[in-house]
Amino acid sequence: MSIERQLESLGREDLPSGVAEGVALGTGLAHGYDFYESAIGRVAVTFSPEGVSSVDIADGFEIRFAERYGRRLIRAEAPRDWSRHIPKAIELGTPGDLPVDLRTVTDFQQRVLRTTATIPKGEVRPYGWVAREVDRPRAVRAVGSAVARNPIPLIIPCHRVVRTDGHIGNYSLGGPHNKVELLHHEGASPEWLEDLASRHVRVQANTATGVFCHPTCHVIRSTSAGDVAGFRSAAEAEAAGHRPCEECRPAL
Amino acid sequence: MMDDLLNALAADLDRAFPSVVEEMGTKLFWGLRRICGDHQEAEDLTQETFIRAYRALSSYETERIQGLHLQPWLWTIAMNLGRNHLRDRSRRPVFVDTEVDVSQTDPEPVDEVAWDRRLSSLSSHQRTAVVLRHVVGMGTTEIAEITGRPEGTVKADVHRGLARLRNELERER
Repeated sequence: MSIERQLESLGREDLPSGVAEGVALGTGLAHGYDFYESAIGRVAVTFSPEGVSSVDIADGFEIRFAERYGRRLIRAEAPRDWSRHIPKAIELGTPGDLPVDLRTVTDFQQRVLRTTATIPKGEVRPYGWVAREVDRPRAVRAVGSAVARNPIPLIIPCHRVVRTDGHIGNYSLGGPHNKVELLHHEGASPEWLEDLASRHVRVQANTATGVFCHPTCHVIRSTSAGDVAGFRSAAEAEAAGHRPCEECRPAL
Repeated sequence: MMDDLLNALAADLDRAFPSVVEEMGTKLFWGLRRICGDHQEAEDLTQETFIRAYRALSSYETERIQGLHLQPWLWTIAMNLGRNHLRDRSRRPVFVDTEVDVSQTDPEPVDEVAWDRRLSSLSSHQRTAVVLRHVVGMGTTEIAEITGRPEGTVKADVHRGLARLRNELERER
């Protein structure tokens, strides 16, 4: 066989398996996925080259992902820089150093979700608070639907956003019982929250310092029970001579 | 056929791009494999080339895509990449092949090793020219374009490279 023919035959083999998948992952034409444990069971985490792109209950997530995002999924390991941050982000309920890919939602929804991500573990805020924080105080419904469409629940802790009347409300990741479970896991007693809501207590003031907070704020939680007074609204607390906490910024 | 692919790319990049990988990937990979002599590095370079190509295409106007000479364009990207650019890799999802047990994959056949040795006896210009000309099947005009060397020089590289390989084969007998 001539040397030219021999050389030609060297280029006739197949593309090694994995190269096409690597390209699909690297371009974002496919998202990678892996499974992690959470307080509400096994979850599937997907990632694009930009960051974590979705979190969902593991069972049946492929179908829901295809319907919502229309991208291929490939079983993959998260990039080394991220993989150690993922379990921590799930447990703490905040992205921290983990990059998130929110390109599947609008700019307004991104702002809502980034604000949601600042709510500390074990605390909750009403939808109205999020609306005010993103400078759209009247867009409470739009905030509600942005939170409901959160592609990255658990890591962006939408379970910490509750109804404006104080009741716990709905949850997109497997239903409201999971929201109860998560709040319980984080030490924000759901029974206590529901009790406050039914008694119309929206804010609580420290009568010694004159500072009022959302009831789950760590500032008021560290106050001895004898000094705590409940109010139906921020306006009522202010009328009683109290001023809003600078940490949780209650004003509803 | 190449025009069909370019039109498809111009019309819907995301939909058509996998076909580019399918149609151009094999020759790109095996060409790189023969030039760099390392399987893993060739895989990485192939992936990175396509990823860069995709990013470039997503910023190109329709006419620019339709006017591309896809193969030499991809090779230009591959040549510009080099080793240094591979550090990006650690920031990207890594495919997990759940079908294949790595410990079970066959070692490369003896002939492969022999060709790596023979090709490594050429200068890097000669090796690149010979591989692009005869393994990938590209014309010398295109090779000159990709490597940035005069066509006459490329022809001489191919000629001398082949002569050297013949000597190597002769010596093995």
